Amino acid sequence: MYVAVKGGERAIENAHRLLAHERRGDRDVPEVTLAQISEQLALGVDRVMTEGSLYDRELAALAIKQARGDMIEAIFLVRAFRATLPRFGATEPVNTGEMLVRRRISSTFKDVPGGQILGPTFDYTHRLLDPQLAEGFVPEQPATAEASQAGTPRVTDILGRDGLIETSPQADGDAPVGDLTREPLSFPADRDLRLQNLARGDEGFLLALGYSTQRGYGRNHPFAGEIRFGEVEVEFFAEDVGFAVPLGSVELTECQMVNQFKGSTTEAPCFTRGYGLAFGQSERKTMSMALVDRALRARELGEEAGAPAQDEEFVMSHSDNVQSTGFVEHLKLPHYVDFQSELGLLRKLRQEFTEANQAVELQEAAE
Amino acid sequence: MNPTMSSTGPDSKQAQRKAAMTVLAHSAAADIAGRLAAIAIPKHENLREPENGLVMMRGRVGGDGAPFNLGEATVSRAAVRLASGEVGFGYTLGRDAQKAQMIALCDAMVQSAELCGEVEAKVIAPLRAAVNAERSRKAAETAATRVDFYTMVRGEG
Repeated sequence: MYVAVKGGERAIENAHRLLAHERRGDRDVPEVTLAQISEQLALGVDRVMTEGSLYDRELAALAIKQARGDMIEAIFLVRAFRATLPRFGATEPVNTGEMLVRRRISSTFKDVPGGQILGPTFDYTHRLLDPQLAEGFVPEQPATAEASQAGTPRVTDILGRDGLIETSPQADGDAPVGDLTREPLSFPADRDLRLQNLARGDEGFLLALGYSTQRGYGRNHPFAGEIRFGEVEVEFFAEDVGFAVPLGSVELTECQMVNQFKGSTTEAPCFTRGYGLAFGQSERKTMSMALVDRALRARELGEEAGAPAQDEEFVMSHSDNVQSTGFVEHLKLPHYVDFQSELGLLRKLRQEFTEANQAVELQEAAE
Repeated sequence: MNPTMSSTGPDSKQAQRKAAMTVLAHSAAADIAGRLAAIAIPKHENLREPENGLVMMRGRVGGDGAPFNLGEATVSRAAVRLASGEVGFGYTLGRDAQKAQMIALCDAMVQSAELCGEVEAKVIAPLRAAVNAERSRKAAETAATRVDFYTMVRGEG
């Protein structure tokens, strides 16, 4: 147990002052700007927005700067900031089918309608450090080509036309959408709450869990049916205005995992699905999320469920890195009172041990 | 076009307001301010002081199923009333409350029969052109990364 302590104010103040100094680093080196972080460390900003659960590039960049690049600390800062603003309501659900696609690939259909669009990707790079980037590198202007006017339908919609894939579960009448920022988690949790939890969950944790399903701990035979990244319009039904007002657009990444079949005596077999959605260009995150979303559907699909990734309570209770770091890192705070009582108990046990042994030795000597 | 819907009917006015709001929400605050500087701003008062807040952004399970809460976004909003009575609303992603205020002002002007033409011609139309140009530029860059499997001929490559 952590017990409040007094004193140390001066030392704490000086420690924070030292932190500010160290954060600035060598003062002969120019200070990094928020625009530089947002533009040049964009994927870090995307991760902080996703796991901080707040879409605001500038705030995420500020958080990264303040946290000296510690992503979980930055995510913590963004989460804390959310509490300072009122919530006006919920947006209309975004339509990812209408995305202005910047990247869109399918590992299942090479000739998918709308085409395979690589966009800005690390895929097919050689992962060799590039010394040119060290300083002053001016990249070429991007190549251009005539843009197609044809749409880019979701791969799952194409499979769905022939009934080859299960349909997405539809909303249950007027049932409210679960929100784990408003009500504490309880189990079993519905898919809406699970997806919200996974969307803000730690990328590393979900990556490891997703990987574990591929290695056999809850195998579900995934294909990356489609990964798309681009701009999506956001609308908000404003009561005062009387219609859904456009708020602008956000960048999102969506992953549709296509998994092995389900079927029964009454239903023809069809592919099943796992879903991932995140702010910014967050491919690894959405792929991991989709794998874990699918794994968590094991019971619903009548699969044997014994692997960690299939255990909803285990996954959802440990996915949040702000909660996790809070409990792990609180071990650093003074636990003196607790420790004193443990120490007292240990001394007593050791004394009893010594006394018991002495008694045995005396008895043996006497015999 | 639906014959019962005249070009001045409430539905088309709402569509026009929404189209203007879309362009404004996609434009940078400095660009909106630059365009507004070119027209005479009518007398107006704040109905709602510009303010920051959050909206919970929703996605759908599988992209097309039941809604779920994805995460929040910062938004700004404002409302103004022109001296002539029109009430305009401004909503936009981000924390720039002045941008929301300018959107509200434009929305009010779009509703005014007298000011609508000018704000459309001198503010919305040029901003729309800039937004569309930016979209076209991005679309052309994206298109160049399209993998074209069809051009491969057996024996080549």
